[in-house]
Amino acid sequence: MPESNDENTIIRMFRVYKRYGAQNALADINLDIRRNDFLFVNGPSGAGKSTLLKLLYLGEPVSEGQILINGMNLSRVSRKRIPDLRRTFGIIFQDYKLISNKTVFENIALVLEVSGHKSKYIQKKVKSVLRTVGMESKIDAYPPTLSGGEQQRIAVARAITGDPKILLADEPTGSLDAESAMIILNLLKEYHSGGGTVIIATHDKELIRSIRGRIIYLQDGQLQIPKAIEV
Amino acid sequence: MIFFVKRAIKDMNGNRFINAVTIVTIALSIFIVSAFGLFFHNVNNLMDTWKKGVRILAYVKKHTKESQITELKDKIQATQGVASLTFISKEESLNQMKDHMKRQAAIFKKLKENPLPDVFEIQMVGIQQGMDDIEILATRIESLPHVSSVEYGQKWLGRFMTMFNLIKFSGFALCGTFLMASVFIVANTIRLLFYSKQEEIEIMRLVGASDNFIKAPFYVEGIIQGVLGGVIGVTALLITYLLISSNMEQGILVDFLSIRFLPIKICLGIILCGIVAGWLGCYLSLKQILKY
Repeated sequence: MPESNDENTIIRMFRVYKRYGAQNALADINLDIRRNDFLFVNGPSGAGKSTLLKLLYLGEPVSEGQILINGMNLSRVSRKRIPDLRRTFGIIFQDYKLISNKTVFENIALVLEVSGHKSKYIQKKVKSVLRTVGMESKIDAYPPTLSGGEQQRIAVARAITGDPKILLADEPTGSLDAESAMIILNLLKEYHSGGGTVIIATHDKELIRSIRGRIIYLQDGQLQIPKAIEV
Repeated sequence: MIFFVKRAIKDMNGNRFINAVTIVTIALSIFIVSAFGLFFHNVNNLMDTWKKGVRILAYVKKHTKESQITELKDKIQATQGVASLTFISKEESLNQMKDHMKRQAAIFKKLKENPLPDVFEIQMVGIQQGMDDIEILATRIESLPHVSSVEYGQKWLGRFMTMFNLIKFSGFALCGTFLMASVFIVANTIRLLFYSKQEEIEIMRLVGASDNFIKAPFYVEGIIQGVLGGVIGVTALLITYLLISSNMEQGILVDFLSIRFLPIKICLGIILCGIVAGWLGCYLSLKQILKY
């Protein structure tokens, strides 16, 4: 793995492969992501965008190669330390992944509870983050009673409540109407302008056009060159 | 900890039926286990009382001289395990007999000589003597000169104790089986609850929950099931005991068979068994599920 003195690099992927059986889902991925990057991982369905995100938070193990996140080598992360790694990220999914029998408050508070924060702090922080996403009035609502756009705003609130260094979003606007998608995008921009790193996996070209960011393109699990295009 | 207890109670409330079934099953097992405990405890008490009453009677041979009787008395007194002894002469024995059998006084009038022997009534050291000790002491006394025979009224107690020990062993095996059944039922319940919350657990993992954070409420749940099952089982036995003993007070066996309830220490021990069953069930289940 090449040595880098670039302290600004928060994620480094070197010759990364992900295989399912004999098939490569990702092949020979070399990628540096800098702090405060706004990165789009673009490509058609099945190109390996979601897989790439999963490798970052160890949702899937790497088959070959090395990934460094904030100086932490993922191949050396023990099972016990995976939760610490995951607290580095805020993750947003296309299907929101909210717990349906828990209230909005409980869903967001969970992130802070797992980190061992005190109840008073949790109360304050959750209210503040709900204010940020404009969902304060829904604090006691259950996710199934909310619209798709509202649920995704809650998911964003949950993702940013732990003040993560990196925000991963897997098709965050995939199942939303244009208006809701815009709200979500603005929230992500706000997080980014606060110094956070944002990585969005999407096939939505409209979404990419609406924000100035770095783009990489995946095709059949391989990074296409030149891959960093400023829009 | 309070946080996990609150979460566990909330989860139990959300899965009331399955938790109630588990608690009732543990309670039934605990009821059976403590019923055995109650039986053994009372039989042990009864045997202790019987053992306290065991006296060895050493009969003196006919025509033994008074000086020889004194010599024998000293020898018995010096025997290890003898606490005290009383000499009952054949005349005293006959008088006592006459007192007891006043209606049959005619029989005694026909007697040409006193047929009863002189006897030593021997009391043993310690009230918790085992039957083996009693037998050894009896044999030792029987071998002394001028002793014609030795008798201890509750010879059958030895045989009863052997049988009782057998029953006790089977009882322990049965109690063990019931507790194991409880463990597996708790393990099954926890597994069902775990699978029903799989999506929630997956999300918890994604937001950085550690294994311990995920497991803790299940352990608390298992322990709560154990505590409730234990308390309900022991309480049910107490109620049954009160009903039976209040009926027995009106009966004729009251003096012979006075049943006492289990001491608080044993009750707490049984409840602890319930807690251990709950915890162990949870441990086995989660160990298997979280193996990957």
